[in-house]
Amino acid sequence: MSIGMLLDMTASAFGDRVALGRHDSGITFEHLVRVSTGGATLLKSSGADRVAYLGANSAAFPAALFAAAAAGMPFVPLNYRLSEDQLDALLGELHGPVVICDDAYRNVVARTGLTVYRSEDWLATAALAEPSDPVDVDDDSPAVLLFTSGTTSKPKAVVLRHSNLVSYVLQTVEFGAADEDEAALTSVPPYHIAGVGTVLTNTYAGRRFVYLPNFSADAWLRLVAEEKVTSAMVVPTMLARIVETLDGAQAQAPTLRSIAYGGARMPRPVLEKALEAFPGTGFVNAYGLTETSSTIAVLGPDDHREALASQDPSVQARLASAGRFVPGVEGQIRDPAGRVTDPGEIGELWVRGSQISGEYLGLASVLDPDGWFPTRDRAFLDADGYLFVEGRADDTIIRGGENIAPAEIEDVLIHHPAVKEVAVIGLPDVEWGERLTAVVVPEPQTSPEADDLRAWVRARLRGSRTPDEVVFRDELPYTPTGKLLRRQLVAEIGSSATFERA
Amino acid sequence: MRLKTGTRLRSQVCSTEVIVVRPGSGDIDLTVGGHPVIGSKETPADGLDLKPELAGGTLLGKRYTNEANEIELLITKAGVGTLAIGLTPLVLKEAKPLPSSD
Repeated sequence: MSIGMLLDMTASAFGDRVALGRHDSGITFEHLVRVSTGGATLLKSSGADRVAYLGANSAAFPAALFAAAAAGMPFVPLNYRLSEDQLDALLGELHGPVVICDDAYRNVVARTGLTVYRSEDWLATAALAEPSDPVDVDDDSPAVLLFTSGTTSKPKAVVLRHSNLVSYVLQTVEFGAADEDEAALTSVPPYHIAGVGTVLTNTYAGRRFVYLPNFSADAWLRLVAEEKVTSAMVVPTMLARIVETLDGAQAQAPTLRSIAYGGARMPRPVLEKALEAFPGTGFVNAYGLTETSSTIAVLGPDDHREALASQDPSVQARLASAGRFVPGVEGQIRDPAGRVTDPGEIGELWVRGSQISGEYLGLASVLDPDGWFPTRDRAFLDADGYLFVEGRADDTIIRGGENIAPAEIEDVLIHHPAVKEVAVIGLPDVEWGERLTAVVVPEPQTSPEADDLRAWVRARLRGSRTPDEVVFRDELPYTPTGKLLRRQLVAEIGSSATFERA
Repeated sequence: MRLKTGTRLRSQVCSTEVIVVRPGSGDIDLTVGGHPVIGSKETPADGLDLKPELAGGTLLGKRYTNEANEIELLITKAGVGTLAIGLTPLVLKEAKPLPSSD
């Protein structure tokens, strides 16, 4: 079964429903099929083997995704924020794709000689093209190639096959589950796995989706109210800006039933403020990787409520967990020797299931002989199967021979009243190998002392976790999808002489 | 026939099409409307009629399983025949909804 069939099923049952855009002017599922089959004709006539998409999110994105599926061509959303040189390199790796592109990025592809369609015209152009019958694709053929964000290594293209993506959708979404009045708001960009996932899951649920191309907290809140949005997915940096904009007030969002968050670690104070600002909304923490076709573990609204209400510390702690594995996904924690650990014991998370790809373009599969995928995330499971993700194994700091997860210290410092944001990194050190450096963005109108912050950590964690130094900054570097750029921070601070050595 | 995950099958006597989600094991005599299903690209045999006692219909997007819950099929196209193993109708599988996560 191809991802195109997800749309066909919905169109056959709910063809008249608005699929995309505003409730009064959007296009229906039936029309989405029409522009997909017309778009497929255009894409096939280009003679290319792949379809690259270079643009912010808009109604053209799902239409292009389904057109590529109908044409039987792998679809490759590219990060439009990359430099021209980086994009040149990625387009080169794709061997001459046909490109659908926002005007803003047209100069990047203009000189490559590739066939280029304007995303601004895509819906209209595809609707005029002769529809072609969907190509019968093999389930195991690639549907989407998605470059990883490359925060810890060079970007690699993850190969997501039709079978991976369809498994994800069938295992986590009930067909036609959405009521006619439901609408999902997408503010993550197309090159993020959640941007691809949201098209497929909401289509299969029969839910209209609304796009916010350039995120701002004001625009997001306005769109939620205007479009009577019922569910939305955000990355933690977006939720932080939303609660900051609300500044203690409650959001005017009576229709909003669900906010899903994921993509990076959520600072607990931000989550607590968000729960207060959206009292009628259920919160969902979704954990997944590009390589796993989006979500593999979910902490649902009931889990959030139970954790908040509970007197049991182990239940309270679940608010910081990624919840439990979704149906069809198995997970286990392994120690460095490959032994499966006991509950509570930290190691590397390995996962298995039909939605897991574990495969990169031009490279051998990284699955082990039994089909398990190493996530490179350090994590543990509690006795009830709740997953706690500590961060990337590559971010582990080795100080004096001891492995230290930055998250352990960050989670303590973020609760200091004068700390707004924090990152703990390891810098080269003659004595310790790496020394612990806490990079702190203070709350406005506060000027915390390094020694106070070190004492705060010392009072709460083992002595080896006390930062060797504290550096103050006005802001931390994040990707637009909310991932902290630790390597950039290490490079910047490691080469800077102007820090406060505690 | 031996089922395989992902295989698409169709009815010979109505518009029902299914996809195999869980194949179970061994040979399974999967029928719709009283007649064996065929591959989605194959042509139905001539002269077959829907059996009236197996005309309960299939529902688009719903999953069906047997009593023992060994096999699972998803309806990708609805029809008027009943999905069955031999003459024993399959049952609708209850959905366990997950919260929307993206």
